Amino acid sequence: MKEGTVAHDRPTGLMARMALALERPRVLGTLMLAPAVLYVVAFVAVPFFIAIALSVSDATVGNPQIDTFVGLDNFISVISQDAFGIALRNSLLITTLTVLILLVLATTAVELLAREFRGKRLVQVLFMIPWAMPVALSAITWLWLLDSQYSPIDWVLVQLGLLGPDGPFGPSRNMFYLGREWLAIGSVVFVDVWRTLPLATIIVLAGRLSIPRERIEQAQLDGAGFFRVLFRIIIPALAPVLTVAILFTALLVIGEMSTIALLTRGGPGHATQILPYWAYLKGINSGDLAQGAAIALFLFPVLLAAAIVALRFAYRAGRD
Amino acid sequence: MAILTTHALKKHYGRIIAVDGVDMETVDGELLAVLGPSGSGKTTLMRLVAGLEEPSSGKLYIDGHPIMGVPPRKRNIAMVFQSYALYPNMTVRDNILFPLRARKIASDEQKRQLEWVTEILEIADLLDRRPTRLSGGQSQRVALARAMVRTPDLFLFDEPLSSLDAQIRSQARGELRELHDRTRITTLYVTHDQTEALGLADRIMVMEKGIVHQIGTPQQLYYDPADTFVAGFIGDPPMNLLQLENAIIGVRPEHFHLASEAPGKEIALELEIEVEHLEFLGAEWLIYGVVRRGLPQQHQQPRVIGRLRQAAMPTIGTRETHHFVVTKEDACFFDSNTGSRLSEAKVAIA
Amino acid sequence: MRGYPRKLIFYAAIVLLVLFTTLPVLYAVITIFKQESELYRFGANPFIYETAPTLDHLVYLFTSTPFPTFAMNSLVIGLCVVAITVILAVPAAYSLARLTGHWGEHSGMAIFLVYLIPPTLLFIPLFRIVVTLGLANSIWSLVLVLPTITIPFCTWLLLGFFRSIPRQLDEAALLDGCTRFQAFWKVVLPQALPGIGACIVFAFSLSLSNYIYAVTFISESASRNISAGVPTELIRGDVYFWPSLMAATTAVAIPLGIAYGLLFDYLVRGFQSAGAKEG
Repeated sequence: MKEGTVAHDRPTGLMARMALALERPRVLGTLMLAPAVLYVVAFVAVPFFIAIALSVSDATVGNPQIDTFVGLDNFISVISQDAFGIALRNSLLITTLTVLILLVLATTAVELLAREFRGKRLVQVLFMIPWAMPVALSAITWLWLLDSQYSPIDWVLVQLGLLGPDGPFGPSRNMFYLGREWLAIGSVVFVDVWRTLPLATIIVLAGRLSIPRERIEQAQLDGAGFFRVLFRIIIPALAPVLTVAILFTALLVIGEMSTIALLTRGGPGHATQILPYWAYLKGINSGDLAQGAAIALFLFPVLLAAAIVALRFAYRAGRD
Repeated sequence: MAILTTHALKKHYGRIIAVDGVDMETVDGELLAVLGPSGSGKTTLMRLVAGLEEPSSGKLYIDGHPIMGVPPRKRNIAMVFQSYALYPNMTVRDNILFPLRARKIASDEQKRQLEWVTEILEIADLLDRRPTRLSGGQSQRVALARAMVRTPDLFLFDEPLSSLDAQIRSQARGELRELHDRTRITTLYVTHDQTEALGLADRIMVMEKGIVHQIGTPQQLYYDPADTFVAGFIGDPPMNLLQLENAIIGVRPEHFHLASEAPGKEIALELEIEVEHLEFLGAEWLIYGVVRRGLPQQHQQPRVIGRLRQAAMPTIGTRETHHFVVTKEDACFFDSNTGSRLSEAKVAIA
Repeated sequence: MRGYPRKLIFYAAIVLLVLFTTLPVLYAVITIFKQESELYRFGANPFIYETAPTLDHLVYLFTSTPFPTFAMNSLVIGLCVVAITVILAVPAAYSLARLTGHWGEHSGMAIFLVYLIPPTLLFIPLFRIVVTLGLANSIWSLVLVLPTITIPFCTWLLLGFFRSIPRQLDEAALLDGCTRFQAFWKVVLPQALPGIGACIVFAFSLSLSNYIYAVTFISESASRNISAGVPTELIRGDVYFWPSLMAATTAVAIPLGIAYGLLFDYLVRGFQSAGAKEG
């Protein structure tokens, strides 16, 4: 009919040929993907290799040239310092404890948020605040809550008679949450749980909402109570998603230094030191780029292992 | 209007072969149904024609011109998707005008074309609505309008009726046919529903596992199936296929006659059938039975289905055994190994 | 009769959960309006106002501290990071969802893992790069580096959105006379606008919340952002300006909290389609 004919002409000009190439999914796909990939490679992959190069050099802030190869000297020197053992232990301990507590809290929160109820929107907003807050600012808020003299938690404990001259927690009217080693670690864990709970909950909730309703209703019809449904139906079905949540939050906790930096500064002494903050102190504050990079790299094997497990789990979950 | 030709067309995804060497040619202006079970490669074939996939090998022509590597927008082919794929962010009017605007057609011409399709499809009152506010039948009309508005060379329909309610489906089928009679645009109509294909198409192409089993008119497919697949696929219930000594005989359900009422013609087969149950379908009865005697292998007692074209209660009852005959004229013979149709001459020798 | 106490338990649990997440912020709000004399009096009830509330600390924060500068820097950094992120992540996500075939569609989890690569691993070499580029002590160092965090996150989130848009829409557009890019631009993109909105919010808040890059790259007060500026400049040695600190915190936390809360369902959807289910 009128204009309706197939364009049989083979393109000859350069422009026409380029336009035709853009029709190919592969070509256009690569062009659209490349800028993002290049950006991330330039500022993630390249720095990663520089980190490795730095860690085997003697670079400092004053002399940042990577020109002298010192082998594993930096690593050996780092390991031989007392702070290393403490920092590694604390990094792993804080992460593990945080994740274990999160697991329980997130599963509980998911059971609540999976339901429909009045005012759910408001609850969601209030629930998300910890994750929405910049970490440094939430750390400051907690610093005030855990203040050595004016902590409102202490005040409540005193009012309850648990703290103060006659209380079971000692004659002082303050707990000094951040001044005692184990209490400080406990406080950091608490703050980390507080700020990552929303993320963990959202991941688990995504998995929870993917469980077919019928399966739960069937179990209820079969006479299963709340806890039986929870432990026999919901938690087994959530296993892959819980793993993903564990790994994601673990990575976020192990890599964040601002909680420690602001709450305890690694102290008292090095008692609450963690690898990232120690790396910052060495590399930036003391100007020893090489040792700082070496410390940061100690995290890498742990992270890599976690990433591989996460990917494998995700892949398996994807095939189910 | 155009003639679509494919030559040894193949498409595979990794090791999965979707289309395995299709040779076909349409007649100008016909409505060709592509019929097959799911996974037969019929949708892939259509996507190859549309240019949404590139063939792994083989050739595609429209009016003799090769169209491999030509992007979809330059093929001037219109497609109606199973889901209709109306653009949710545009009104019905903008949906219909979209193909014209994308081709930069002059606006007075756009207006004329829009009026033309809205009149034919009677959708003038829907123009300002959003697709989410349309019923299934209305969505289908809008999708048709969007496909027709630019008078394509070739129409592709991907199961366009399958998401409609059963009640309006037969009405929509009639309208589609009417529309085609009016426009006479060569149409490829993919469906897995043989009622749709038989009722709508000028010709039907039966596909299975990526290959074409037969192309022909609905009558040819029904009375002259090219192989056992077509015989067992077309017809509801399909042809009964029974193993003889050195061939397979195919018998349509309505071709079983009681021996006492046999027409005076050459008999191909005489069977003793025990009736298991009867099914009343209004204008006809279906008779479900087991062959007790009459086939060369005595131990095989296959089930068969017969059809009685009458509304009155049949004289035969369940659990009774009767003699049925099939005339040579009605029977089809197939090769036992390949399943392909045997000519009369070969049967005679056998 | 069993339904009633059950409902009560449910709501009690909800209230507990919400208190857990919001109590620190509530306490921060109380602190802002307290007079110093009451704030630093031993044994005073920290939850009520014994002396009249005051706006002094709020005024002090905005008039006598560099907080407005920090906020301005954060805003500029945030907007630039959002722009870079959207421009790069939207096409990348579409490409993965539609154009790069099977592995692209299933790359969601891998992308999210890039987001999780901790900055602590990279801040030292990135500091060197920033110094080499002459961007140390400039907000542009953060504009350059922060998209490495936001691009993976937003690509991942958008991937889920694009996958939920039926492929037939693109294909219909292709047959209707569009090039592939036009099909993306005219038909798919309008469908993904909510997702892009979510991306803008997240990119902005992620750029705001990064601490380690901000304190590493920038040590000049005038170029600091909120995350690094508030803890370093509003704390002088051992003197903490608590009410002002709390004012700064809540001024940031409340709008972001609301934005996140309203996008809650999108986040869950993102994890459902791009994350946990299909990897």
